[in-house]
Amino acid sequence: MKKLIELDINGRLYEVAVNDRDLLLDVIRKKAGLFGTKKGCGEGDCGACTVLIDGKPELACLKLAIACQGKKITTVEGLIQEGGALHPIQQAFVDHGAVQCGFCTPGMIMSAKGLLDRNPKPTLYDIKHELSGNICRCTGYKRIIEAVQAAAEVWSKEGVK
Amino acid sequence: MADKDLKTKWNLTPGGWNLEGVPAYQDEKRFTQVGRSVPRVDGPVKVKGEAVYTGDMILPGMVYGKIKRSTYAHAIIKKIDYSKALELPGVLAVITGEEAPNKWGIVPQAANETVLAIGKVRFYGEGVAAVAAVDEETAEAALELIEVEYEPLPVLLDPFESMARAGEVLIHEDSPKNILHEGEQVYGDIDKAFAECEYVLEREFHTNYPQHGFLEPQTALASYDPQSGQMHLWASTQIPHYLHRQLSIVLEIPMNKIRVTLPAIGGGFGGKGEASIAEFVASLLSRKIGRPVSVTFERNEVFFTNKGRHPCHMKVKMGLDKEGYIKAIDFDNTLDKGAYSGWGMVVLFYTASMLHLPYEVPNVRFRGRSVYTNKPSTGAMRGLGGVQPRWALECIMDELAEVMGISPYELKMKNAIESSHTCINNMFVPHSEYKKCLETAVEKSGFLEKHGKLPFGKGIGIAGGYYISGTAYTLYQNYKPHTSVMIRVDTEAGVTLMCAAADIGQGCNTVMAQMVAEELGVHYEDVHVQSGDTEIGAFDLGSFASRLTYASGAAIKMACVEINQKIKETAAGMLGVRADQLVLKNREVYSMYETKKRIPWEKVVEAYTSINGSLVGLGNFSPPRRKGIDIVTGNRVQGANIGHSPTFGFSAQVHEVEVDVETGRIYVKKVTEAGDCGTPVNPMSVDGQVEGSIMFNLGACLYEDQKLDANGKHLNPNFHDYKTPTTMEMPEMDTNIVESYDHTAPFGVKETGEGAVQPTFPAITNAIYDAIGVRFYNLPITPEMVLKALKEKKAVEASSK
Ligand code: FES
Ligand code: FES
Repeated sequence: MKKLIELDINGRLYEVAVNDRDLLLDVIRKKAGLFGTKKGCGEGDCGACTVLIDGKPELACLKLAIACQGKKITTVEGLIQEGGALHPIQQAFVDHGAVQCGFCTPGMIMSAKGLLDRNPKPTLYDIKHELSGNICRCTGYKRIIEAVQAAAEVWSKEGVK
Repeated sequence: MADKDLKTKWNLTPGGWNLEGVPAYQDEKRFTQVGRSVPRVDGPVKVKGEAVYTGDMILPGMVYGKIKRSTYAHAIIKKIDYSKALELPGVLAVITGEEAPNKWGIVPQAANETVLAIGKVRFYGEGVAAVAAVDEETAEAALELIEVEYEPLPVLLDPFESMARAGEVLIHEDSPKNILHEGEQVYGDIDKAFAECEYVLEREFHTNYPQHGFLEPQTALASYDPQSGQMHLWASTQIPHYLHRQLSIVLEIPMNKIRVTLPAIGGGFGGKGEASIAEFVASLLSRKIGRPVSVTFERNEVFFTNKGRHPCHMKVKMGLDKEGYIKAIDFDNTLDKGAYSGWGMVVLFYTASMLHLPYEVPNVRFRGRSVYTNKPSTGAMRGLGGVQPRWALECIMDELAEVMGISPYELKMKNAIESSHTCINNMFVPHSEYKKCLETAVEKSGFLEKHGKLPFGKGIGIAGGYYISGTAYTLYQNYKPHTSVMIRVDTEAGVTLMCAAADIGQGCNTVMAQMVAEELGVHYEDVHVQSGDTEIGAFDLGSFASRLTYASGAAIKMACVEINQKIKETAAGMLGVRADQLVLKNREVYSMYETKKRIPWEKVVEAYTSINGSLVGLGNFSPPRRKGIDIVTGNRVQGANIGHSPTFGFSAQVHEVEVDVETGRIYVKKVTEAGDCGTPVNPMSVDGQVEGSIMFNLGACLYEDQKLDANGKHLNPNFHDYKTPTTMEMPEMDTNIVESYDHTAPFGVKETGEGAVQPTFPAITNAIYDAIGVRFYNLPITPEMVLKALKEKKAVEASSK
């Protein structure tokens, strides 16, 4: 039996019909049409589906959609700034060559966002630790970590929403 | 980068002269677009989550396909009953193997796989039926309703067992010894050479069974139009052309009625270098129902279909003379092919080819065989055919250096080849900075000060490697150019490069834009790249064998000749100077002698197109072919041309490790790498490739291994039990691009994406030896192996006291 629920994704309310078993990842992608959030495994092992739920990085492939009612969900599409400008984390990923195939990128960026929101001045260990649930097979992680460090710098200097 | 920076970077005067007084246009190395780190053209859409991958596409009327997979590793299929599945509301079609009996495989002589199994399954997880349904849930439910009756056969999981029991069990009826191919290559006089050697060592090495783990599972979206008979397939592949060709064979549709398009691709590493069942199934189902069908693998299906690296069982004997010069290598390799042939004998003979570089080896014997087992098939994985023999050879050299009492660095430097080297198998290396790689890595890591001198538990190891920059041969008999490009110039689209190269994440679209811009004298931002489409783009073999930068670069250069000639002729009239005295640079056309005579490039294009319409240049490239012979006797040697390449990239790595003697865990702390990739077109991308390579094989060296139970059931088809490295395992990485320029190559380029994976296994293994005094001959090197070895070592030491 499908139920009609409301989900707050990136500040917009989406009215979606879901089963009890429907996963947030599938709803975000197929019902809300937000394809930035990726499915690399569907089993909670790769981090590609990371989104923020009430500011906390969570794996959308493990979350039931109905459990997310009344919560604020942020996907990678929600980071975009005024006039289409990139969020400092996104900009840093581009500038530092932290993107290759890009399939891990949205999840990485959301994990980084979760970290910097909580801890704008992370140590190298903090960053490594926070991103350890996100697999990237292309980059070897070095440039991703550099990008997060660079973004943290911009963050503490200029402040970000 | 601003124009100003470009000028100062290359020391150009405003007139285009460099400070040494040589006109810049005469110095082929003075680039403005090539050789600079620029952000990737696809960076912004990817960070915004707006890049469209195949699985992100929805077409009107699109439905979903799912594949029913075998629960036996080796069994006769007695019956498949899908009547109940067909009755399920929402199910549109079910297909089985008989629907498409034509065999596929990237090497046509060896093609022996059908889309879905016919009559028999040969590995656990092989597809036996497929369903199209209105949504994925219904398709999955339908799979449950398909009943398959099997009669189990004995399962052969080990290549030696497979050969031994071939009299009793055959995996393929037409391979009576369960061997796909066996071969021997002999160069020089191996026995005589060993007899004359001062130092001879013989060892056995066994590698593991890793998988690429690209983050985007294979996905295909097929749309068949019954009215026109046209098939359009969007697919996450590295090889639009080979896929195109195989689709044509399997579907029995002419190639000109099939179009393959690549959306964004989420990594490949060789795994998408073969067609995937997803592509065939989507196409077959779409043709059957006349609606677009999307098929996306679940992660476990990625593991089931595998095509990862061949486990190799290698016996290696190496001999050195008194001074330490390598005199002979005797190499015997048994490769575990898994169930189907795929790349066929190619990988077998690559492992043979890899013996001839990066050191001078005058006498070589290779014997090898690729053996069928009831495992998910092996195939191409980053550094195909190179990684396994390189590990064995660099490890045995480490041991030999110890026996000789010299540094492994010294031994490598002594034997390292230099530019213009011809190997005994007639492989020609136009250019090499391998020695510089070794020197740089050693100097920057302090290897000589540390090696053999660190406290117990800490170690440092060195290894080198190389890889091809494309191959001289196509995978089927063919003499057409391996790459063609079209460049269109006009006022409407500016500069557009149309080709069928595949950007699988490595960044070739950016690199090609840089090369086009360099050649035409514009900026890389001015170039639109339309790649990865068999209809829009001209012909290209695909992304494998690290061929793209070289091959596309050569074709681009050729295409630009024609365009530049017309631009110059037009500008000549406009400026009143001779066409052959004009220079194209930085969006301007100017006289090399009277530099005040200049005009914006765009104005010239406008003038030309106003008279003639769009300006189009065509270019293509075929790598030079050389015979595969023993250069001493001149005799032809089977498979000896496999591994020939227009040029070669080199890499040296020093790894520093810490071994926790309590837990057995190995921590790679620091990696110092130096690579010869010729001209780095985009140095930031080169570093990214190298860092990615190091982590890729660090994982396969220490953690990654697919495990099967005694019945061949896959035990770890997920990222939870199949452990890839995370940020926590990332060492400090110092990667260095050594100064290098191959004059025979377009823009002086070479490969970089696969050379840097080669030294990682042996550098780590040698570092572990330096740390704890134990040499390992099996991969991956796990904590259990370390603890066991340490215990044994202790026991030996105690008993000898
Ligand atoms: S898709 Fe959710 S963790 Fe992999
Ligand atoms: S960029 Fe490809 S997986 Fe991270």
